[in-house]
Amino acid sequence: MGIANIIFIVLLLAAIVLFTKNILKIKYNISLGGAYKGKGDFGTMARVALGQSKMTRRPIAGFLHILVYAGFVIINIEMLEIVIDGITGSHRVFSSLEGFYKFCIGAFEVLALLVLLACAIFIIRRAVLHIKRFGGPEMKKWPTQDAMIILITEIVLMTAFLMMNAADSKLMIMGAEHYKDVAMAKSDFWISQFLVDVLPSNESTLMGIERGMWWIHIIGVLAFLNYLPYSKHFHIILAFPNTYFTRQGAKGKFSNMESVTNEVKLMMDPNADPFAAPAADPDAVPQRFGAKDVTDLSWKNIMDAYTCTECGRCTDSCPANITGKKLSPRKIMMDIRDRAEELGAAKRKNGKDFEDGKSLLDYISEEEIWACTSCNACVQECPVNNSPLEPIIELRRYLVMEESKVPTELTGMLTNIENNQAPWQFSPADRLNWKDEA
Amino acid sequence: MSNALVVPTMAEMMAKGETPEILFWVGCAGSFDDRAKKITKAVVKILNHCNVKFAVLGTEESCTGDPAKRAGNEFTFQMQAMMNIQVLDGYEVKKIVTACPHCFNTLKNEYPELGGNYEVVHHTQLIESLFKEGKLAVKGGGDFKGKKITFHDPCYLGRANDVYEAPREILAKLDSELVEMKRCRSKGLCCGAGGAQMFKEAEKGNKEINIERTEEALETKPNFIATGCPFCNTMMTDGIKNFEKENEIKVLDIAEMIATAADL
Ligand code: SF4
Ligand code: SF4
Repeated sequence: MGIANIIFIVLLLAAIVLFTKNILKIKYNISLGGAYKGKGDFGTMARVALGQSKMTRRPIAGFLHILVYAGFVIINIEMLEIVIDGITGSHRVFSSLEGFYKFCIGAFEVLALLVLLACAIFIIRRAVLHIKRFGGPEMKKWPTQDAMIILITEIVLMTAFLMMNAADSKLMIMGAEHYKDVAMAKSDFWISQFLVDVLPSNESTLMGIERGMWWIHIIGVLAFLNYLPYSKHFHIILAFPNTYFTRQGAKGKFSNMESVTNEVKLMMDPNADPFAAPAADPDAVPQRFGAKDVTDLSWKNIMDAYTCTECGRCTDSCPANITGKKLSPRKIMMDIRDRAEELGAAKRKNGKDFEDGKSLLDYISEEEIWACTSCNACVQECPVNNSPLEPIIELRRYLVMEESKVPTELTGMLTNIENNQAPWQFSPADRLNWKDEA
Repeated sequence: MSNALVVPTMAEMMAKGETPEILFWVGCAGSFDDRAKKITKAVVKILNHCNVKFAVLGTEESCTGDPAKRAGNEFTFQMQAMMNIQVLDGYEVKKIVTACPHCFNTLKNEYPELGGNYEVVHHTQLIESLFKEGKLAVKGGGDFKGKKITFHDPCYLGRANDVYEAPREILAKLDSELVEMKRCRSKGLCCGAGGAQMFKEAEKGNKEINIERTEEALETKPNFIATGCPFCNTMMTDGIKNFEKENEIKVLDIAEMIATAADL
C-alpha cells in the first residue's frame, strides 16, 4: 500500500465522518418539529422521487433534469470501482468483467457527456436567459451562488472523468507499466477516445494527467457530498423520504385541530362537567394553537424545507406572487429551513430547552401570511411534494387564535359567522328567500 | 318553460314521512348573494326537470365554516361543523350536492373526522350523471351552439379535489367550442377569492388576481366564461366589467348554461 492509498483512505474516512455529523445535525433540526400523522407510501416515492413524475410538468427543465439525475446516479456506480482502486492501488478492478465492463464504461461516458451538456444549458438558463423563477427577493447572493456552485462542480466532475479515461486509454495503448494490464481498445471509450489525440504523448505527463483527474474526480465527489447538507442540493437525498411521507388524500383537506375538537365538544355537550379533569394525557395538549415557530410545525414541514430545491416552481405559479404580492411560497420554505438551522444550532450549543427569543414570525411577515388564497398551486407544482400552504395556515392559526391579529374585514366576516351563521350580515331566517324571489 | 320552482325543505319532507335522495346544500353565497341565487335556481330547475327527489335545509342550513377555517379560526369552523353535523345527522342525510366547491371540499373532506360522513358531490358531477342516466338532454346547444366557451377551474374543485372532467363533459354537450386558457386544469390560476380572500382587500401588489385571470380568459376570445363556483363567478364577472366587456362576454355557471340550453 502506497502513500497515495493511505491519503485516500484518510480522506474518505474524514469525508464520511463529516457527512454523518452534518446529517445528524439536520436530523436534529428536523425533529425540532412536532408530530406528523401521515403514513409512508412507497408508490408515491417511486413515482415522484425515483420516477421524477412532477419534473416534466415543465418539459424542458424536466427533461434536462432527468438526464442529470439519471446520469449522476448511474455514473456513481463507477465510484465503487474508484474507491476500491483508491484503497488497494488496483487499476480498474472490475475490468475482468470484460464485455460488460466495456459496455458500462462506454455508457457512463455518454451519460457523462449528456450531464455535462445539460449542466451547461442549466447555467445558460440561469446566467444568460435569467429565467424569472430563478430570481426574486429571496434569491439573494447565497442561494444564487449555491445553484452555480453545484452546476460548475458537476461539469468539473464529468470533465475529470472523461479526461481520466482518455489519459488512461492512451497509456494502455502505449503499453505503460501498470496501465497495460487492462485490455481495452481506444474505441471502448465511446466519448473520451476523441480526447486522446489532444493529450500529450509523453508518458509521465499522461500519468500525471490520469492521476490528477482521478484525484480531482474523487476529491470532488467527497467535497460535493459534504457540500450537500449546506445546499439546496440536499434534495437528492431528502427527496426520497420526503415523498415517501407525502400527505395523502385530497389537497383541499386542511387538518382538523384535535385540541379544538375536544373543547368544542365540551362546549356543545350539555352534560359535560366543566370542572372535569382534563382527559387523557396532559402532554398531548399543544403548547399553543397554530405555529409561531418551527417547533410548532410538524417535523414533516421542516423536512419539506430541507428538501426544497429552491426551484421556484411554486412561486412561479402562486397567484399572489404573480400579481406582485410579497408572498412567495419558496421563501416560506427557505425561511423555515433558515429558522430551523438557527434554532437548532442555538439549542445544540445551549441545551435543548434553550429559547433564543426569536420565532418564525421574525422571518415571515403577516403581510405574506395573509396574501395566500389557499389555491394549492404551490403544492401541485412542487417536484418534491412539499406543502408551503400548510405552514402558512398554521401561522394564520397562531395569529388568529393566539394573538387575535386578524385583518379588520375578516373580523367582520368571522363575527358574522358566529352571530348569524353566514359570512355576511344576513339573517338566518332569510336563507330560503331566494325561492320566492323573481 | 317557467314552472314555479319546487323547493321542499328537509323539515317538510320529514313531516310528510318522506326521505329525499339527496340534500341540496345551497351555501351562503347561493342563499344570499344576488348573482349566486341565480345559480341556485338553475340547479333547482335541473333537479326539478329530472325529477330528482331532493330537499334543502332552508333556514336550518348554516355556513360550513370554510371561510373561518381558511382564515385560521379553527374554533369558529368546528363550532359550525358540529352544528351542521347535528342537523344533517338529525335528518339522516346520506348524500349531498352543492354548487359551491368550498362547501363541497369542507363537507367532503373535513367533516368526516368530526363525525359527519356523507357522500358529497359537486353539482357538475350530479349534472354529468343525470346526462349519463338519460334524464337530462340538451338539443343542439341552444344559445351556445358554435360559441366559444372557456372554463375557469375552481381551485377547490380542481386541484383540491381533482375534479377536472365533469365540468368539461357537460360543456361538451353544448355543441360549442371549448377553448382552454393557457393555465387550465391542475395548472389553473386561482380567481383570487379563496382562502377567505373574498372577504378582505388583497395585500399590496401590482395587480388584482382576478384581473390577471380575466386577461388570460380574454386571450381565448370567448363568448362565455363558464364557472363552477359562486366566488369565481363574482371574481370573473368583476374582471369582465373591469375591461368593459360585459356586453360581449357573459360569465355563467355551468348549471345556468345547461338550464338555458335545455330550455328550463
Ligand atoms: S396556496 Fe397560497 S402560497 Fe400556495 S400558490 Fe396558492 S396563494 Fe400561493
Ligand atoms: S417548495 Fe417545491 S416548488 Fe417551491 S421552490 Fe421548493 S422545491 Fe421548488
